[in-house]
Amino acid sequence: MLEIDNLSHVYGGGTPNAHHAIEGLNLSVAEGELLCIVGPSGCGKSTLLRSIAGLITPTGGQVKVEGNVVKQTPDNLAVVFQDYSRSLFPWMSVADNVALPLRRRNMDKKQREDAAREALESVGLEGAARKYPFQLSGGMQQRVAIARALAYRPSLMLMDEPFGSVDAQTREDLEDLVLKVRGHHQMTIVLITHDIDESVYVGDRVVVLSKAPAHVVGDLKVDLPGPRDQITTREHPDFVHLRAEVGRLVRGHATV
Amino acid sequence: MRRGGLRTAAFRVAVLLVLVVAWEAATRAAGSAFFPPPSTIVERMHAMWFSGSPATLFLTDAAVGDILPSLGRMALGFAGGALAGVVLGLALGLSSRVYDYLDGVLQFLRAIPPPALVTVFLVLFGFGLRMQLAFIMFSIVWPVLLNTADGARSVEPLHLQTGQVFRLSRTERLLRVVLPSALPKMFAGLRLALSLSLIVMVFSELLPGTTNGIGFQLTTAYVTFDLPAMWAGIVLLGVLGYLLNEVFLVVERRVLAWHHAAQRLT
Repeated sequence: MLEIDNLSHVYGGGTPNAHHAIEGLNLSVAEGELLCIVGPSGCGKSTLLRSIAGLITPTGGQVKVEGNVVKQTPDNLAVVFQDYSRSLFPWMSVADNVALPLRRRNMDKKQREDAAREALESVGLEGAARKYPFQLSGGMQQRVAIARALAYRPSLMLMDEPFGSVDAQTREDLEDLVLKVRGHHQMTIVLITHDIDESVYVGDRVVVLSKAPAHVVGDLKVDLPGPRDQITTREHPDFVHLRAEVGRLVRGHATV
Repeated sequence: MRRGGLRTAAFRVAVLLVLVVAWEAATRAAGSAFFPPPSTIVERMHAMWFSGSPATLFLTDAAVGDILPSLGRMALGFAGGALAGVVLGLALGLSSRVYDYLDGVLQFLRAIPPPALVTVFLVLFGFGLRMQLAFIMFSIVWPVLLNTADGARSVEPLHLQTGQVFRLSRTERLLRVVLPSALPKMFAGLRLALSLSLIVMVFSELLPGTTNGIGFQLTTAYVTFDLPAMWAGIVLLGVLGYLLNEVFLVVERRVLAWHHAAQRLT
């Protein structure tokens, strides 16, 4: 599904301030997998995501989505950004925000509206279609952003610290939402986070990045009994063990 | 409406009334022919313009001859200048290189007081409507153009990236992302342009070669020493400017509701 081959990216290459964000990163994600990428702050997680999304051209190596080298954003890829307030368009209603990307899917107006409504229902916002983003709470806005990605029917959904700007309770709700929609839609999800617990709770697999320049320092399979539950999963011995392991990997390389 | 908005509105009317009454008293006491009392001016406005038959909305022939041509010139000039400003501003704002190259030239052109260019427009177009329209358009295009370009340049980067990720077409990006982002600044420019268009409209009517309009009426009243009529024209212009601005604000509040609401939250 997703192949990352010896990826490197340098910002301001050739200048004294050159910043090596990623160096020699290899990673492959299987179809249908929910991969969490976790790493210390400022380690180049977002650069990695932007390279996969085709928003930046990496200075070295390559990214392949469904076998094709990424040059611009792949056709079946959607992104949920951390900053929902700046990613949703404030001048459009919630329904229009969700439906906008569908124009190029060869859907007529009715089909787009139906798809938007369906996506909003699946994130529990069926009543908010006619509202504007500023009328919603942060958590609800991020649900809209998720609905927009779902309506687009991507085969790969990237999530860039999607729950970094919401309160703890909302965060748990949104984590469960991702697990729920993932069961309904056939898609691969790559979720970037700096929250170790979250990565273990949500992921099928957790990849740990080193601090910048980022490369993979750990790759763990998460084998927890499903369905996951905010209380019982988090007290499960395997969960506790895994989060400790991920924590050691993150910290071990975060503080030298 | 804001809290206490009604009170503010009441005070506003009260202040206006007090000022008018004071002016009335002062002008009556002074008895100067140059400064007729407001009551005389209003009477004159009524007699001159608003005493027509109900069929013509109480407008007299003089009103049709004075006010409509002025509003027509202003509307055409404003529409032309605003359209040009929005289109050129968007084009300019989309390319930061072109913007950087042209910024100095544009600031220079904008800084020239329009009346100074009247002779140039006379040379180009001669006296008459074409010259007046070109003059109004040229005068108001700059605030619209520069503000629109500024707005189009300051689109939130994440909005652009979102458009890129969901592979919006160029047209969609322009009309659904860049244009709405530029709207708040565009409206600031349009509002400036509106008040400016009233000013340059009157100015263009003061020039020779005009046979109608409020500016023409002002000149006529001045040369025939009909001071109440001259004051009537001045007051009418003030009222028009005020009303146009109010209408503009209503439109802006509707179009930019999302913007104002979002700003109140932050």
